[in-house]
Amino acid sequence: MRMWVMCSTRATLAVAAVLFLAVTPAAGQAGYRAPRTADGKPNLNGIWQAFNDANWDIEGHAAQAGPPALGAIGAIPPGLGVVEGGPIPYLPAVAAKKKENFDKRWTADPELKCYLPGVPRGTYMPHPFQILQTPKYIMIVLQYAGAVRTIYMDDPGPAPADSWMGWSAGRWEGETLVVDSTGFNDQTWFDRAGNFHSDALHVVERFTATSPHHLTYEATIEDPKVFSRPWKISMPLYRRLEQNAQLMEFKCVEFVEELMYGHLRKQPSK
Amino acid sequence: MSHRYFASVSVLAVLIAVVLFALVLAQAPSGDAKADAPAKTWNMPRTPDGQPDLQGFWTNATYTPLERPKDVTKEFYTKEEAAEIEKRGAERESAQTVPGTIPDVHYDFTQFGLDRHQGTYASNLRTSLIVDPPDGKIPPMTVEGQTRVAERAEARKRRGGPNDAVQNMPLGARCLIMEGPGPPMLAPAYNSNYQIVQAPGYVMILVEMIHDVRMIPLDGSPHLPPHIRQWMGSSRGRWEGETLVVETTNFTDKNPFRGSSETMRVIERFTRVDEDTIVYKFTIEDPSTWTRPWSAEVPMKQTVGPLFEHACHEGNYGLANTLAGARAEEKRAAEETAKKESR
Repeated sequence: MRMWVMCSTRATLAVAAVLFLAVTPAAGQAGYRAPRTADGKPNLNGIWQAFNDANWDIEGHAAQAGPPALGAIGAIPPGLGVVEGGPIPYLPAVAAKKKENFDKRWTADPELKCYLPGVPRGTYMPHPFQILQTPKYIMIVLQYAGAVRTIYMDDPGPAPADSWMGWSAGRWEGETLVVDSTGFNDQTWFDRAGNFHSDALHVVERFTATSPHHLTYEATIEDPKVFSRPWKISMPLYRRLEQNAQLMEFKCVEFVEELMYGHLRKQPSK
Repeated sequence: MSHRYFASVSVLAVLIAVVLFALVLAQAPSGDAKADAPAKTWNMPRTPDGQPDLQGFWTNATYTPLERPKDVTKEFYTKEEAAEIEKRGAERESAQTVPGTIPDVHYDFTQFGLDRHQGTYASNLRTSLIVDPPDGKIPPMTVEGQTRVAERAEARKRRGGPNDAVQNMPLGARCLIMEGPGPPMLAPAYNSNYQIVQAPGYVMILVEMIHDVRMIPLDGSPHLPPHIRQWMGSSRGRWEGETLVVETTNFTDKNPFRGSSETMRVIERFTRVDEDTIVYKFTIEDPSTWTRPWSAEVPMKQTVGPLFEHACHEGNYGLANTLAGARAEEKRAAEETAKKESR
């Protein structure tokens, strides 16, 4: 029986070349090469969180008052925005809806009712989320409302029905996890400022590890019923480094029942 | 040199395989749900990081009740008796609702494939899911447990009728939580579907109903501190051979399990016994509620995925309409009374 490792010079050079290519950093940002999972993919497992003001308003904005009773707790912090290259390109026919949403945001924002946040808003809620990575499925679990996204790494075909968190197909491009999502309903917003979409929404996200504790997150948003062209957001995501970092329960439905159904309570008879 | 190296590696590999196979056989629980255990050589698949592979889509739908029926004393039905029970269950589920009745307005389970017999379910010869105590019944309650049950019933009465306020309605109707996640995990009314996903250091159980996620760390870290309570508690898992053992503490008192207290401790054991079956066993320890621990065994059968998003709360028009309807009924009744009195 022959030995596994051949001794010829040609074979040695071939093996060396393969090893060299394997350890050369691929085209990830800043040339960082994440450790690999057992199936050889960049390891994105972990508990992550965005630390920015995108959930308040994905466009740049100065600080503003919130609901008066909440004082500085409910005031809107300033932010530089996460939208690349200018204002969100709303179609003229629907631009008025954005203003309408903004004007009634303290009653109309689906987050008020603990509704599922959709994509990409779920990524930058003020809550951690966990990536659980396997060869066939990559699960993204949000602490917020216990929302779940299943990323199918084998082509799952078209969405069987509309959903809040969309229908996602994933693939690897070198160091980057690319997630292509459709099948959204039109019920979610992109932020608390009323930026919205239709059920034609199509989101392509890119997750790339840029250090042991950071991902770069990009999302390209396309919706021909609402926007005149695709547009893009990007932000770092940070690993939660606490020793006992874990998602906890934020089952917020309980907290919004009075808001949603309090007016339907039986009043004591006179 | 190469011959002997390869030969010794092969022998070692065979030895390891034999040991692992023996462990699989040793872990198969006695008193199996199937009276005739199959003798096929099935090897436990492993995840890339070496965990026994429990991944896939599973259902715990069953016709077997938690407690043994009153008129039954034995532990197992015959195959014929079990088949008859399932047949009668399927007939009950297929009974067409009468047009114009409340069940008809709600919905006919079979129309949407929500009934058990049109989907996958575990056939079970057991007369009860409870395997301990041997009489197949939940053990007697302690005085403290009975007092607590009575106090909760009193508090419920004081709150008024179920349609008086949202907080009076069942937790499932409020889309807060259903039976699926527990722990312990029992089948909800329908869509008793689960997806298990494993990555290094975690077992994740996604429950289809209300998309609840049980994220179970395997790293031996401590449970949450005692003052932090959660609907699904705080779970920690470990492998004992081929069996996943999960211990859960830190429950709230908002969702008692058959009258449990928030100090209940649940120990679950998941053992995959063949391609299609995980034997799921749970033990309830709650000395402030029951005079002794009790255990049940629920087979989980492999089913077809994917799980669909169950945006329960987002689509919960029924809840608001039920409350609004009750208020409209009261208003109508009050107006009729006022009309009568004014004559």
